[in-house]
Amino acid sequence: MTTAETYVTAAYCAVFAIVLVYVLIIALKVQRLEREVDELAGRAAAREAESEERREPAVVG
Amino acid sequence: MTEVARRYRISLPTLAAASLVLVTLALALVFFVAPNDADQGFSQRIFYFHVSIAITAYFCFGLGAWKALVHLWKRDPRADLESYVAVHQGVIFGSLVLITGSIWAKISWGHWWLWSEDQLVLFLVLFLFYAAYFMLRYSVDPGPQRANFSAVYALFGVVLIPVSFMAIRLAKQAIHPVVFTLQGPKFGGWILVTYCVAQVAMLVLAYTLYRVELAGKRVDARVRELKEVLA
Repeated sequence: MTTAETYVTAAYCAVFAIVLVYVLIIALKVQRLEREVDELAGRAAAREAESEERREPAVVG
Repeated sequence: MTEVARRYRISLPTLAAASLVLVTLALALVFFVAPNDADQGFSQRIFYFHVSIAITAYFCFGLGAWKALVHLWKRDPRADLESYVAVHQGVIFGSLVLITGSIWAKISWGHWWLWSEDQLVLFLVLFLFYAAYFMLRYSVDPGPQRANFSAVYALFGVVLIPVSFMAIRLAKQAIHPVVFTLQGPKFGGWILVTYCVAQVAMLVLAYTLYRVELAGKRVDARVRELKEVLA
């Protein structure tokens, strides 16, 4: 490999690596968001169950 | 977003697929089709991505400034977020311009950086100006004040784009090559075709990353709102 070829390869690899790091950061963020949404869904379910328990039975008929 | 804009919006998977196809095609043209430059030889192949990335960075900064103007004009919080994401993309592509440019400078001129070159220094100034945007943004508490400060700052920076682009054309003595003149590009044939494909590929890639980041930021904002409601 000539010097020019080495430098050109390095330049294109740098572009690829930076875009890859960016995609990795976005993937980590999406993973965090997934965890937070799961946590919120759990909280919402717990709140719903709590309100069901508090509901007083109604006399029918 | 208007109904028409929403209807004609390209989906993210389509954009991602288009980016992949275009970048692959551009790389194939760069390494297997485009001829060696008579003056610089193989090393000139950096040009295809370096210049396309630089134009894309200018475009991102310009988009950031436009969205900032929309925010100041309509007081739309969505425009503030869009401006922020566009500036972020601009800084990422700007760093790629500096890296690929330095590598090309090392091969062509024997130096990683030349402070005597206006084009290089002015692009660095533009890059640092927008890099400082994040310092300003995160030094102010979230809210309308932060959005307004950020928008005004992003708008000021847009002045540097034509200055950076024109610097090389106005300089009397410069070693940085000028390939786009008022008479048109200084090349043709496969070199022009390869450059055009690389340019479109970079613009589509930048737009895809912009949309991905924007979608993530919007979901993040909604999750925060829900957390407050359920707290």
